Amino acid sequence: MIRVLVAKPGLDGHDRGAKVIARALRDAGMEVVYTGLHQTPEQVVDAALSEDVDVLALSILSGAHPTLVPRIMELVRENGMDDLLILLGGIIPEDDVENMLSAGVAKVFGPGTDTNDIVRFIRERVKDE
Amino acid sequence: MKDLDELRQGIFHGQKRAIARGLTWIEQGRYEGKLLAQQLFSHAGHAHVIGITGAPGVGKSTLVNTLTLHLRNQGFKVGILAVDPSSPFTGGAILGDRIRMQDSVMDTGVFMRSLASRGHLGGLSRATFGALTLLDAAGFDKILIETVGAGQSEVEIMEMAHTTMVVLAPGMGDDIQAIKAGILEIGQVFVVNKADRDGADHTVRSIRSMLALSSEHPDWMPPIIKTVAEDGRGMEEVSQALERHHQYLIEHGLMDRYRWSQTEHVIEQAVSDLGERLIRQARLNSDWAKRVIDVGEGKIDADRVAEQIWHQSVQEE
Repeated sequence: MIRVLVAKPGLDGHDRGAKVIARALRDAGMEVVYTGLHQTPEQVVDAALSEDVDVLALSILSGAHPTLVPRIMELVRENGMDDLLILLGGIIPEDDVENMLSAGVAKVFGPGTDTNDIVRFIRERVKDE
Repeated sequence: MKDLDELRQGIFHGQKRAIARGLTWIEQGRYEGKLLAQQLFSHAGHAHVIGITGAPGVGKSTLVNTLTLHLRNQGFKVGILAVDPSSPFTGGAILGDRIRMQDSVMDTGVFMRSLASRGHLGGLSRATFGALTLLDAAGFDKILIETVGAGQSEVEIMEMAHTTMVVLAPGMGDDIQAIKAGILEIGQVFVVNKADRDGADHTVRSIRSMLALSSEHPDWMPPIIKTVAEDGRGMEEVSQALERHHQYLIEHGLMDRYRWSQTEHVIEQAVSDLGERLIRQARLNSDWAKRVIDVGEGKIDADRVAEQIWHQSVQEE
């Protein structure tokens, strides 16, 4: 069973996209932990750790990804969660995508992404036991 | 973290990552997970296990969050298992109990895990018992199990918990009638949450009259407590009631009896796993199709076939 944490770090109050993703992943047979709005990086990583998810799907629309994502990656490394697949969605300017990938994000999914593409990407990367 | 011994040591030391990974192993139902649960069982039996059940929307998650903060203030380490339903069609699930538990879960003395029911009926998941054993062995003093939103038949929690707390909300009206034969019978503590709403006293009276008809609890009269979990009202009374029930169980030797029946359950589970293995082996056997035909045509009883399968496996070993 593939387990995913859909998380909304930071201060933006828009979780429509995150909820659409959560439902799509559930309908694809995955177990999706959703933690709600306004999460700190510490809360996000603590939830990923306790829930032992395979995938951490971050949704950020506030533009704060250049600070939030590196902080989250730092905590992920500190906790030795080296087998975690990290995805990023929301509003991420084209120029920032490369930085996000080199920070350790596996893939960035922008607005208008077909949810089937996300499901396919996860299934390719995560061994379902 | 792949080695069983390493994992077990981590769990004994209360390491979050070890606890989390151990729970995953147990949930996956693989051999290593079963082995882990079995090895941990003899280290468990110290925690007070509290079940929280009730219909969807009565505020179970919020109550668990506030109660956890309260129990932490009293110095208890708290483990939380929250079960949500899996889709019967896709097997997927949305586990949203963490949304209302944000205040309490960041504390190092708290561990919270969401479990999907994975097709298991009864309000829990198949892995609940193993998960409970793990948290107990990891040294949590109080383990709170939140069931799926329950109605009449999700009463399995009473077999897992020392103390079952049934949560209701005002305005359920005749619904109380509907559930009187179900979860109302299994509560040792009743909570009327959202008690700042109209009709709370009516709900309390309905529960009281229902309990008066029941002779389930000769020595323990279940208290009925009004709470507003959102702002913490009534939480002191709830934690006192839970503590009183815990003392009651200890004084009446019921904790030991519970441990005995849990141990029996572990053995029964192992035997039924063995049975499942026998079936898997028998189906792979070349004479399986013939057996199916023979039973279908009445040439032999299914019981007799079961005996044959059993004898065969004993001989093979």
